[in-house]
Amino acid sequence: MSGDRVVFYREKLKSLREVLFANIVMAAELPAPTGKEERLTDFLCHRFTEYGLDNISLDEAGNAAGVLSGESMERNILVAAHADKVWKDSEDHTVTVGAGEMSGRGIADNSLGVAALATLPLALELLGITLKSNLILLGTTRSFGRGNLEGIRFFLNNTEREINSALCVEGMQLGRLSFASLGMARGKITIEIPDGCVSGMCGVVDALTQVGSRLVEMAGESADESELLIGSIEAVSGYNVPPVSGCIRFEIRSSEAAKVSEIEKQIFDLVAGFQTSVTLRADLEMFAHRRPGKLESGHPVVTEAREVLGALGIEPRETPSISELAPLLNHRIPALTLGVTRGEHRHLANESIELAPVFDGLAQLVAMIEFMDSHDLSFD
Amino acid sequence: MSDIDARLDQWLKTNTYHHSDFWDLRELVKAKEEAGLTISLCIPTLNEEATIGKEVIVFKSELMDRYPLIDELAVIDSGSTDRTLDIAASFGADTYLSSDILPEYGDKPGKGENLWKAIYQLKGDIICYVDADIKNIHPRFASALVAPLIYRPEVDYVKAFYDRPLAFSDELRPSGGGRVTEILVRPLFSMFFPELTALMQPLSGEYAVRRSVLESLPFPIGYGVETSHVIDLYQAKGLDAFAQVDLDKRVHRNQSTVDLGKMSFGILQTFLNRIQANGMVSDLPDLHGQFRQFLAEGHRYELTRKEIVEEERPPMISLPEYLIKHDR
Repeated sequence: MSGDRVVFYREKLKSLREVLFANIVMAAELPAPTGKEERLTDFLCHRFTEYGLDNISLDEAGNAAGVLSGESMERNILVAAHADKVWKDSEDHTVTVGAGEMSGRGIADNSLGVAALATLPLALELLGITLKSNLILLGTTRSFGRGNLEGIRFFLNNTEREINSALCVEGMQLGRLSFASLGMARGKITIEIPDGCVSGMCGVVDALTQVGSRLVEMAGESADESELLIGSIEAVSGYNVPPVSGCIRFEIRSSEAAKVSEIEKQIFDLVAGFQTSVTLRADLEMFAHRRPGKLESGHPVVTEAREVLGALGIEPRETPSISELAPLLNHRIPALTLGVTRGEHRHLANESIELAPVFDGLAQLVAMIEFMDSHDLSFD
Repeated sequence: MSDIDARLDQWLKTNTYHHSDFWDLRELVKAKEEAGLTISLCIPTLNEEATIGKEVIVFKSELMDRYPLIDELAVIDSGSTDRTLDIAASFGADTYLSSDILPEYGDKPGKGENLWKAIYQLKGDIICYVDADIKNIHPRFASALVAPLIYRPEVDYVKAFYDRPLAFSDELRPSGGGRVTEILVRPLFSMFFPELTALMQPLSGEYAVRRSVLESLPFPIGYGVETSHVIDLYQAKGLDAFAQVDLDKRVHRNQSTVDLGKMSFGILQTFLNRIQANGMVSDLPDLHGQFRQFLAEGHRYELTRKEIVEEERPPMISLPEYLIKHDR
């Protein structure tokens, strides 16, 4: 891909401004908490229908799929954007459009990704690009938290098509280039007072503090390539009501699967120590796992992505991912995660995106799809 | 069941729609083209920079570029001091200052002024008015309102109505029947124009009207514009000239009770003027514009007085400039 060409794409794609922006607004104002993404996946299906895609469907996991059939149809390129957001149904999903930016809950993660997915067929048409490969557009479900990437996993485990290469689209940050996924395990430690036991005002809180302190120590002891993150500590009660239960949520990340298992084992042992207490009961629940995977840094898709970003004047930021990329790499599919624009305040109520760079982001996606279409890529 | 109840029941069955009845925009565009109609969408504004961009983006992309249902998208502004007009223009709306339209007739404050001047400025056979403060904007806010006018030539005026949720926050308020509707307008309609009680939300700011009707209506420039439209058209053509469409939830800024009091006062003026002019009541006292409210702070009560005068603009068809511009 010549640098001039991708810059030409960016400039030409600016004529899709209204379409893309409207897609962002409409995608952002539809609530789509994990496991309840129907409104947004229906929206995607409607868009796919309007563009005349083939095989438009909602699968058993709720993923919305549409296929832009290629000329030779020998290969399949998957472009996936997770449809779920971290926000509940009841939250205000109103988008505010200002001069040069939009803001609102979930606007970047991942309404923009979904909007880019919905706009891609029109972008390819506008640029006069006809693919040899089938382009499978997939809005995936159940990505966050306990969803544990169930949408993309279901698709990959059940599709009859061989996926030859893939892109994961995240709203931000533009310049993100993820070609490795971290191993990850997510879990929850619950401490509770068994029925009939009395543990005083501070029983659960003391125990949570002890466990939390030990986890912090373990986090400090982790090897450089590993992380132990404490996500939340909760103990439900009023000011003058002793809590009868509480929990700590945590996440282990490492580029090595063995390290994840090792830390998971340490936490298991820590919790087992509390099991012996008469007045307190501790339970460990592990509910999400990712295996690490990576493409080589010199893999052709990685090299090409660097060149495309460079041509657009964007410095690549090579960071590992724990999202949809993981199962793709686990299936040995050459895949990247890319961002569409610059944004701020991720997962806050005032999450915002810059509008001008979205055309760089869209041009980058088109360029990478073209590259994947014209190369017979293997994982190694 | 009384005759009126039976009549209302029948009208609700034939002239009340849900927006999903008009989901097929391709079909709607086809019907519009076959009918040879043009449609203008008008958004009256005053300091609406937070929401105007989104409305313009959604309407332009969905109802002009994707489905060419709307021929003209205009923002008519009362003199915003924020970036309303810049933002609207940057996303492709035609923008006008109300004071620049028909300047020889002066410039009066009030949303009704913008709506009235839109009839002169815009070109469409149908004008669809949509308020600028909708936070959950969707193409249906325009497409579903113009649809009955496209499919049913005998319908002249289509009103929006919305869900009535059981609970809402102080900050944002989904529109239901509306407090002013339920406490003031519906009781008045029940007393004087019982058939008009079938309109779920007669004060809603979203409605679509044929030009041929709009140009013949006088326009109160303040709070009473929607009420006067409904009464005037009803008296001229009866209930069958109306239709209404359920647009589901609409979220907008909540108004304080004090503001709703002012609104009610303006509407009451318009209403009383109408029924007096029609000879339905006589011997009303002078309908002055002094509205009094009290602010309480501890045991101190402060009188506030506001002059609310519901001035009216004449039917646009009576203006020579309009006759020339629109070849009437």
